[in-house]
Amino acid sequence: MAEMAIRDALRDAIRERMLVDERVIVMGEDIGAYGGSYGVTRGLLEEFGPERIRDTPISELGFVGTGIGAAVGGLRPVVEIMTINFSFLAMDQIVNNASKIHYMFGGQVSVPLIIRMASGAGLSTGAQHSHSVEGWFAHIPGLKVVCPSNAADAKGLLRTAFEDGNPIIFIENTALYSLRGEVPDGDYHVPFGQARVAREGTDVTLIGYSGSVYQALGCADQLAEEDIQAEVIDLRTLRPLDTDAVVKSVKKTNHAVVIEHAWRFGGFGAEVAAQIQEHTFDDLDAPVARVAGVEVPMPYSFELEKAALPSESQVVEAVRAMF
Amino acid sequence: MTTNRHTEVDMAISDRSVAAVPKEELSALLHKMMLIRRFEQKAAEMYARGRIKGFLHLYTGQEATGVGIISRLRDDDYLYSHYREHGHALARGLEPRAVMAELFGKSTGASRGFGGSMHIFDKSRRFMGGYAIVSSHLPLACGTALACKQLGTDSVTAAIFGDGAVNEGSFHESLNLAAIWHLPVLFVCENNFYGMGTRVNRVTATPEIYKRAEVYGIRSERVDGMDVIAVRERADHALQAVRRGEGPAFIETITYRYRGHSMADPEFYREKSEVEHWRGLDPIDRFTDALLRANVSQGEIDEIQNRVESEIDDAARFAEESPFPPVESLTDHVYAPSPLDVRPPGGGR
Ligand SMILES: Cc1ncc(C[n+]2csc(CCOP(=O)(O)OP(=O)(O)O)c2C)c(N)n1
Ligand SMILES: [Mg+2]
Repeated sequence: MAEMAIRDALRDAIRERMLVDERVIVMGEDIGAYGGSYGVTRGLLEEFGPERIRDTPISELGFVGTGIGAAVGGLRPVVEIMTINFSFLAMDQIVNNASKIHYMFGGQVSVPLIIRMASGAGLSTGAQHSHSVEGWFAHIPGLKVVCPSNAADAKGLLRTAFEDGNPIIFIENTALYSLRGEVPDGDYHVPFGQARVAREGTDVTLIGYSGSVYQALGCADQLAEEDIQAEVIDLRTLRPLDTDAVVKSVKKTNHAVVIEHAWRFGGFGAEVAAQIQEHTFDDLDAPVARVAGVEVPMPYSFELEKAALPSESQVVEAVRAMF
Repeated sequence: MTTNRHTEVDMAISDRSVAAVPKEELSALLHKMMLIRRFEQKAAEMYARGRIKGFLHLYTGQEATGVGIISRLRDDDYLYSHYREHGHALARGLEPRAVMAELFGKSTGASRGFGGSMHIFDKSRRFMGGYAIVSSHLPLACGTALACKQLGTDSVTAAIFGDGAVNEGSFHESLNLAAIWHLPVLFVCENNFYGMGTRVNRVTATPEIYKRAEVYGIRSERVDGMDVIAVRERADHALQAVRRGEGPAFIETITYRYRGHSMADPEFYREKSEVEHWRGLDPIDRFTDALLRANVSQGEIDEIQNRVESEIDDAARFAEESPFPPVESLTDHVYAPSPLDVRPPGGGR
């Protein structure tokens, strides 16, 4: 076991793979000389050189598409999009090409590509830099969407991503990069589609991923004082989704709340709620609750931003309303 | 006469060009540059004190570019900018109070606290906003120019962006559209040699950026962006041509940012000596030198500096004392009032 920050766990997984596989290259804006906007790639340029650690122009469509082509051509690229907000410029390449090449051409070639990006709000970065639209990617068949919440999962999931062989949207949280945690030694992997029970409980299931897991855990502490034992599930991957783990928990607790930082309307939480409803209708003692962002572009002003994001007290209220 | 080894741009402000500018305008140019310089210092201080949050990108060092270009825009022209836009907003005549209050997230800010440092907007000044997605405002500028052209006005739309923007598709698509439709757009690229930590020549196939516009048939030139008089003169020239209906124009200004990309930048990618070199070409120092040679007195210059001090103190105090927007206003303005009044202006038929 070693304790490290999420950014270091991610770097470890990349570095390790680069040492054993020459085909792995990293591309993105300011990942080399600058050291990466969030410090994930720091030191890699010095170790692996500019052929394998490629600083790109600010041209997301261009370098993401190049990553797709490179993957088809035999490399194992890791493409860093500085933040999820800029992935919109590359959406055409991701949706029209990366997710479809394998299927559309009858399975003849595949796209073993990892696209990493930082997501999330809460840092006063304003309307154009505060998106949490993981759910958009999860909507697309052909993509896999990974959202680690801690250092051990970050490393274990990234290792799995390298071995998957499909386009992986690997989403990191801007507010969690420095979060430290124990990371197991040795060659361990975290498989896709396997949620984690972050806390066991008997009365209500709180479901989150990435940053919202910590809100769920905070609420569980509060609820425990009121003698409500909450079980917290960290989804870890949105696609594939571990429906079984969610269903198993809700069958036990008979209550469920889905927490996400994205907007509520048409959001990923709605998919989770629908799955619960389809599989546990007879076990539910209350409608599935969703706690999510308010339907506004993110305001800059500090109190407004706080009000726009889901809060622990909203989750607690939602749970109380069920009993 | 000194020559800048980084750019081969002639680095002395010529006395003859200064003499061609009316005196009140000279002091107005100096005032704006000093105002921006001091504003950014204050903003950095307020960021350190936690009054300003998120990303803060300072314009220090680049004052001559924004002030020179914007001084030649008419009130009925439009101006678009990116996220490094405090200086552009001030040059355009927004009140320092409104800009500082926006940085503080206050309801008295230019965007009522909803925008922040990267999203300053003032409809009354036709300052059409700061945009935080690199190059994404260039198509918007084309659109506003199209509207002006179609509605029969001779307003010009100016769009200011950085060297990092020129590798985005939206840059090329905008130049092409503006060229084929002869849109009244002035494209202004502030080449400060870096997009974040990446030096322009490492990621740009033709680092002489102005040449990119030429291939679209757009009149284009490079100018010393540390010389406010030169920028002003070339902007004037370009704007006249655009206003005459000759289609878009492009100006690349050679300039330099003294501070990091944002407040979070450890600046691993450049040598201190390079920054010092450029500080030696400071646009405000060079301009005051030229003014002194042109018989503007030190007393007049000091007076402008004193005025700036009090304006900035006032702006900071105003921002500090202003209220935050009430939490109940969170959902205001998500949608405009609907339905739309569809009668054309003047009644129509
Ligand atoms: C589409 C997009 N990609 C990446 C970013 C992150 N980013 C913000 S500013 C910047 C550098 C832009 O440099 P430049 O255009 O030269 O302007 P400067 O900051 O030098 O004024 C980058 C990469 C962004 N905001 N938008
Ligand atoms: Mg630049």
